[in-house]
Amino acid sequence: MMLPWKMSGQPAGPEHSPYAPVSIHDVTVAYHRKPVLWDVDLDLPEGKLVGVIGPNGAGKSTLIKAILGLVPTASGEVKFYGGTLRKHRALVGYVPQRESVDWDFPVSALDVVAMGLYRRIGWFRRIRRTHYEEATKALARVGMDSLALRQISQLSGGQQQRVFLARALAQDAQIYFMDEPLVGVDAATERVIIALLRELRNAGRTVVVVHHDLQSVAEYFDHVIMLNTRVVAAGPTAEVFTQDNLLKTYGGRLTLLDEAAHAVARTGQR
Amino acid sequence: MTAQRQSRGSPSFGLLVALVGVLAFIALTVCAESATPALWRIFSLRDYNTRVVMGGTGLLGVACGVIGTFMVLRKKALLGDAISHATLPGIAIAFWVMVAAGGTGKYLPGLLLGAAVSGVLGMGAILLVRHHTRLPEDAILGIVLSIFFGAGVAILGVIQKMSTASAAGLETFIYGKTASMLGEDGRRIAWAAGVLIAISVLLFKEFRALCFDAGFARAQGWPIRTLDAVMMGMVVTATVIGLQAVGLILVIALLIIPPSAARFWTEDLGILVWLAAGLGALSGVVGSGVSAAFPELPAGGVIVLVASSVFVVSLLFGRARGLVFRAVTHLWLEVRITRQNALRSLFEVSERHSAGEPVTEKALREVRYWRGMQLHRALRRLEREDRVCRVLGGWRLTPDGHEEAQRMVRNHRLWELYLIHHAAVAPSHVDRDADLIEHVLGHEMVVELEKLLDATVAEPAVPESPHPIAAPVEEGGT
Repeated sequence: MMLPWKMSGQPAGPEHSPYAPVSIHDVTVAYHRKPVLWDVDLDLPEGKLVGVIGPNGAGKSTLIKAILGLVPTASGEVKFYGGTLRKHRALVGYVPQRESVDWDFPVSALDVVAMGLYRRIGWFRRIRRTHYEEATKALARVGMDSLALRQISQLSGGQQQRVFLARALAQDAQIYFMDEPLVGVDAATERVIIALLRELRNAGRTVVVVHHDLQSVAEYFDHVIMLNTRVVAAGPTAEVFTQDNLLKTYGGRLTLLDEAAHAVARTGQR
Repeated sequence: MTAQRQSRGSPSFGLLVALVGVLAFIALTVCAESATPALWRIFSLRDYNTRVVMGGTGLLGVACGVIGTFMVLRKKALLGDAISHATLPGIAIAFWVMVAAGGTGKYLPGLLLGAAVSGVLGMGAILLVRHHTRLPEDAILGIVLSIFFGAGVAILGVIQKMSTASAAGLETFIYGKTASMLGEDGRRIAWAAGVLIAISVLLFKEFRALCFDAGFARAQGWPIRTLDAVMMGMVVTATVIGLQAVGLILVIALLIIPPSAARFWTEDLGILVWLAAGLGALSGVVGSGVSAAFPELPAGGVIVLVASSVFVVSLLFGRARGLVFRAVTHLWLEVRITRQNALRSLFEVSERHSAGEPVTEKALREVRYWRGMQLHRALRRLEREDRVCRVLGGWRLTPDGHEEAQRMVRNHRLWELYLIHHAAVAPSHVDRDADLIEHVLGHEMVVELEKLLDATVAEPAVPESPHPIAAPVEEGGT
């Protein structure tokens, strides 16, 4: 199959910029022999807000996890600024899905945000006052400093999401990966988060966001990756986020089902 | 520790220390008063052997409490159970080997080494099956636990049939027997406990990150497999040193119960760990003491019974999540809400009336639904607080009540505005939401809201307040 962003007729594979913050080379991920991500090959642009969209089960979260090395890839590899993840780990920030952790855990919002600093603090070392001050600043950036000492189960969903975001801010990364940060948050939190994402982008950071709400894609993102197991389209939102591509991304399964239904109907008539 | 720990954790911590003290005192007095000389002799620590046993099990409780906290938070409690059961074949085989080598087979360090090897093998079997199959985790744990334990029982049976050596003492590893503990056993437990605690202190931050959000920790570059392996190695160690005292069936109780009990007292992991250690020590010391007085009782059972009582007390009276505390908090909130609703309704109805005219309970019931005697009780409470007074033909606000009601109505309207302007709630839904939330809001938030609204909302939209809302007195110190 010919994909528009691949260079044709070059057996050596598609070209990637050695300076791209993240370049994904032919990554395939399979869970128990069933492919979840198929042959993803693209560069993420520097200093852009990138939305990852696609239907449920399209592999949006898996893409992020594969980039971060959290799920094993069946083939392919991911380069960060031309180097390995291990080498550039400090440049990478991560906001997992909110439901992925137990919010009953006995820590305060401040404790969670301080976790963003653990890498810098290093093995065996204690968390010092300066670290807590730094974490408080990160909380202030999401408007949560007054709730710093609350146990995390006493926060609303939107506030919990802000805590996760503050933890990523504390990481002070160059490239951020955020898994559905706008799911289940109130309107006020959504505004805070979007303002923050833009602030990060304007400061030259690359922010990759798994997103579910098609209505706001054009407003929020400079760049969009449309995913349905394979990459349907990727590029600047204005060029790529089209009716045609949306149908290809979201309609694929429906058409398949339709075809199957027709086939069943035909055999029944015979 | 940091300032945040002190400010938040200390009240509940103090309470718990007091509670533990009282419990210990009661236990001691009961022992003394009940004219059971044996118990009195034990708890006065007069014998060297008693000191060894109680010190040893106490330290075991500390070690198990600390590592158990992380194990429970990592959601690996049942893995710990499988590991402890998996130690049995190791004990039996170690005995066999030592007898074959010409010894008595009762050399304890050798038996414990066998237990540790077998426990690690059991853990390896679990990881292996999990990696290569799609069986659910609990099924894997059940399979490995029963296979290892069954094998252990079978090998023990074979050994007992052999005439070469007496395997009579080996069942004590299943149920635990503190009486056989010697000075060197106590020292071994002390060493192991010291090492486990030292590792927990060193890796506290790493374990916290691992237990809370392993995915994030891994993305940050922490080797979570290694950390998990260290943690499970610590569980195996705690299990093995606990075999002699509580036995392999019940050692899991010392790992799970103290952290679970401690969770009812605190919301802070730093305090939780040490609290679990303390409760574990309490269970170990009291339990082994009681079992020393009644040698026919298996020590493991008694220790677990003591731990269970600690758990029940915590479940009921825990300061952070105990049932009584929650019920009281809930009741208090309900009383507060009905009180404020009564005051507000009275204010709103009397605003519509001509000045000074009393408001009937019937009129109040028309503006708001009240359950049974709720309204009457709330009014009587307000009367005692001198916020309302009963007059001929109904109720009337006192000047104090009027002032408070006015402030409350203003807060309520602030919330309505906030929800409309900032949270995008449909205006028709506002009244109900604001009604619930205003009682939960603190003063700090209200002040913040006022600022927010003054900046964004046109002046006439906010009702003028005759009195600015002052910061509450009790929070003045912070």
